[in-house]
Amino acid sequence: MNNKLQELQKMALEKLAEAKNAAELNELKVQYLGKKGQLTQMARNISEIAAEERPKFGQAINQVKASIEESLNQHLKEMEEKMLAAQLKKESIDITLPGRNVDLGTVHPLTMVINEVKDIFLGMGYSVEEGPQIETEYYNFEALNLPKEHPARDMQDSFYVTDSTLLRSQTSPVQVRTMEKMVPQVPVKIICPGTVYRRDDDATHSPMFHQIEGLVIDKNIRMSDLKGTLLTFVRQMFGEDREIRLRPSYFPFTEPSAEVDISCFACGGKGCRLCKDTGWIEVLGSGMVHPRVLEMSGYDPEEVTGFAFGIGVERIAMLKYGIGDIRLFFENDLRFLSQF
Amino acid sequence: MIVSYKWLQRYVDIKVSPEELAKKVTMAGIEVEGIHYPAQDIHNVKVGQIKTIRPHENSDKLQICLMDMGDELLQVVTGAPNIAVGQKVPVALENATLPGDFRVEKTVLRGVESFGMLCSMAELAIDDSAEAKAGLWVLPEDAPLGADIVAYMDLDDAYLELGLTPNRSDCLSVLNFAKEVAAVLHIECNEPDLSYMEGPEKIEKLAKITVEDTDLCKRYTARLVKNIKIGPSPWWMQQCLRSAGMRPINNIVDIGNFVLLEMGVPLHTFDYDTLTGHEIIVRRGEKDEKIITLDNQERFCDEETLLICDAEKAVCVAGIMGGLNTEVEPTTTNILIEAARFDPVCIRHTSRRLGLRSEASLRFEKGIDLFTIDKASRRCAQLLVELGGGTAVEGVLDSYAGPAYENKVIMRKTLPNELLGTSYTEQEVKDVFDWLHFSYVEKEGCLEVEIPSFRQDITRPVDLVEEIARLQGYDKIPITLPIGATTEGKRTEKQIFFDDLRKLCVSCGLHEVVNYSFINPTEWDKLLLPSESAYRNTVKISNPLTEEQSIMRTTLLPGLLKNASYNQSRRITNLKLAEIGAVFLPSGKELPDEKMHLGVLAMGEEEQNWLTNKAAYDYFYLKGILEKIAKSFGIENWQVVVADDIPFLHPGKSAKIMINGQMIGFIGELHPNVLKNYGVVRTSCMEIDLEAAFMACNRKITCQPLPKYPAIHRDIALMADIAVPVATIEEVIRKAAGDSLVKIGLFDVYQGSQLPNGKRSLAYNLTFQAMDRTLKDSEVNEAFDRVVEQLQEELGVQLR
Repeated sequence: MNNKLQELQKMALEKLAEAKNAAELNELKVQYLGKKGQLTQMARNISEIAAEERPKFGQAINQVKASIEESLNQHLKEMEEKMLAAQLKKESIDITLPGRNVDLGTVHPLTMVINEVKDIFLGMGYSVEEGPQIETEYYNFEALNLPKEHPARDMQDSFYVTDSTLLRSQTSPVQVRTMEKMVPQVPVKIICPGTVYRRDDDATHSPMFHQIEGLVIDKNIRMSDLKGTLLTFVRQMFGEDREIRLRPSYFPFTEPSAEVDISCFACGGKGCRLCKDTGWIEVLGSGMVHPRVLEMSGYDPEEVTGFAFGIGVERIAMLKYGIGDIRLFFENDLRFLSQF
Repeated sequence: MIVSYKWLQRYVDIKVSPEELAKKVTMAGIEVEGIHYPAQDIHNVKVGQIKTIRPHENSDKLQICLMDMGDELLQVVTGAPNIAVGQKVPVALENATLPGDFRVEKTVLRGVESFGMLCSMAELAIDDSAEAKAGLWVLPEDAPLGADIVAYMDLDDAYLELGLTPNRSDCLSVLNFAKEVAAVLHIECNEPDLSYMEGPEKIEKLAKITVEDTDLCKRYTARLVKNIKIGPSPWWMQQCLRSAGMRPINNIVDIGNFVLLEMGVPLHTFDYDTLTGHEIIVRRGEKDEKIITLDNQERFCDEETLLICDAEKAVCVAGIMGGLNTEVEPTTTNILIEAARFDPVCIRHTSRRLGLRSEASLRFEKGIDLFTIDKASRRCAQLLVELGGGTAVEGVLDSYAGPAYENKVIMRKTLPNELLGTSYTEQEVKDVFDWLHFSYVEKEGCLEVEIPSFRQDITRPVDLVEEIARLQGYDKIPITLPIGATTEGKRTEKQIFFDDLRKLCVSCGLHEVVNYSFINPTEWDKLLLPSESAYRNTVKISNPLTEEQSIMRTTLLPGLLKNASYNQSRRITNLKLAEIGAVFLPSGKELPDEKMHLGVLAMGEEEQNWLTNKAAYDYFYLKGILEKIAKSFGIENWQVVVADDIPFLHPGKSAKIMINGQMIGFIGELHPNVLKNYGVVRTSCMEIDLEAAFMACNRKITCQPLPKYPAIHRDIALMADIAVPVATIEEVIRKAAGDSLVKIGLFDVYQGSQLPNGKRSLAYNLTFQAMDRTLKDSEVNEAFDRVVEQLQEELGVQLR
């Protein structure tokens, strides 16, 4: 009887190993372990065995059954794995096909520059002020120490709306409006980004362009503070190893006044086409607020001093992104915009 | 202003090169924008003498000269008409170079060999007048044979091009610039000697001046020099004039121009004998009064034109141009020299009105220094005596009766260091005033500094601080940061709103654009706007560059459409743009209202992708963006209502955007005729008043607890009249279902042959949920039944 059992086990395991698919395995399962299966049949025949042998025989049957089941499960698992692997293989895709469209727009390069400058100065404790684009002559000129018939008004040919109102030719009027609002409080620490207008139109001048004005008023503000502030700004904007150079200049609303050059970021100051072999690039105008401007806004120039600076946004963007023609900013060609 | 390096050296002994000088002067405040070397291209041109001249067999125009070059004889063929044996002329030898990238070669001209070229002044780029071009440059008789022309005629100059700021118009004078150079280089400036012999006649007996309109002429002076012999001016003076782009004429005219450039004071020279009554009257012109100016043009005056007149007629438009009637002629011998200050505003107006700008008017417009006038007049008289052989009459007629010059500025000694952050010693401060030749005295911790009259820009202590800073060098200013109260850098709610909105637009796939604020008035017709449309009420620019940029926009749409059309003509037909910018609305007050708007334009359709179908950029595309904006900024209470009265939009595919019953913008597809007018394909647009949108924002976030009890979902399919808006149906559903309905999802809309005409089917998924318990099926069923009932009752909508 035991021999027969071992025979059956051997046979079953061999057949299981030869099975080609899950169906065949299931058939074998029925054939051996099913209600009418061979092993079940043998178990029913237990009565033919001597009583004292029965427990042993029962144990042997169970062992064979377990071993067949184990083998069966093993083969089933292997079979499933194979099938899954085959399926996965069938499902593989060309991973080099492009992805689904997820649209992303772009920020205009002028906005990018304005945001960058704003962030730098916000970090230094400045707040952002704005003012109207159509201004009175008073705020655009007179309060900035540019009375009527001042020769420096020729520096800026402006668009007029009426005899006394114009499209502002600079963001400086915001300085005056802010000072009038703040006086006599100090410190005043603001930047004023905005759109400005002048009657010019060529490859380097646009009738509409953008400036960012900065103003600091406090007790004991010195020109060295202006220099330090601008150096901090320039290094954040153009790189840690930039240097700055101040050149005397003239603006009616500052005294002393300075043009600010930065060491060329293309050649590091050795001289190249970008800096016209000078090693320096002019980036902004600045100076100590003229006492007359402080007076007109209600501050006492004996008590407080200040500095101001003005940054040309288009110029910075042209330098930073290598843009050759100012008109590109306003044509809004998608091929241009999508580069930012 | 262009200044000759050689001319400067007449006053200052400059030991540095022109380049070095340019650098130093620039870093001290007067920018040298460029250096031009007039003779840099002239090489191997030498003095030669014409020995013989013989005709050319094969040409009427050419002649053959034998030139003595000192060490050799050369045959040169020339076409110049003004040659004569014995003349000395410049000869460009073989391999010589001339300005204009010109190289002289040995050539054969119609069969005759030529070993060089005889040169005119024009060919050497010294003078480009017609006379200079007409013939050879005949050199002085004592010119040494074989001498290099550049060295011999002193041509190797350097012209510095100054970019003068308005405060330094004093440097429109070569002498004043020389003083600046002296201050920068810490050297002396030698001013010209102005003394000359006078007499015996006295000017008071020979001439008379009367200034009637003293408001326009603060000072008028006249000197008289008699018996002048007209002739050419000396070579050095001619070269000085040429450096400034002026052409030498004769000694009288040249001296006038030389003094103009040297002193910065324009002079006028009258032929004394043509002045009726030997009298000068300075007065305003009368309306339509006529004068024929030097250029033979008849000019009309107005009451704001200042005239110089003699006893019977106008002889000069003051500061602008002389009259033909008193012009200096070759026969002139007696000269009345005018030196004056005319009102800058008056000169500016007249110069603009007549369209005449000159070196003289330029300087009058900046304001002539009252106290240099006499010096300039003296200098002119002195040169007329010295170079014109004239006799100066004793004295001067001077209308000025004002106070003597005085300008003292008192500066606290501590001010420079306080304002600059420097630590200059008192001596370093004083050094600057010494370099500038500003005299000073000490007064109780202050310096009282006397400012020379030509530095009209210095009126306050800070102006002196700038002199110290720039002459000690801005590079000496240390680097510090402001010390003082800490300030917080922050943006206002509104600034944050704009920044976030811009980011949101980008995340919606929109490309930000920036357009001009001024637009073309013809846009309104292209947008089909009727004449009474509010958009046409604009702020107008009184002096636009072009008509196309003459009015301020009242909507962002024209700019966006211009971008669409620009891109389409470059074969970019799918485009999504956003602009955040101001519009300008007349307000009746001094300044117009400026409002920030958001404009969005979407043209064409989504780029086709191998995975997805093209989706058109239609009304619903933009509405999706609008919904996203509203959600992102917590704007509730908004809705769209049908807009069939916006002329530029498709009447069936457009809406007004409303908040609390107020219109804040529009959204829709553009009218086909507008598309045609701009030449673009299907385009949708949206514009929103951001001030109103900002007011409606609610960005306060209160986090809700997550539901603990399960939701129950029910689908419902409805058949409704097409005319019943979805918003109305949803309102009824919401009301009928009550609070337990938490979400309505529209997942299908169908209209077509399966349905009766005029009907459409809508399929919704309704989600019911309560926060405090599990809803019973029976509750949901009741709610669902109410919905079905109310839809039928209120809107005639049926279950399908």
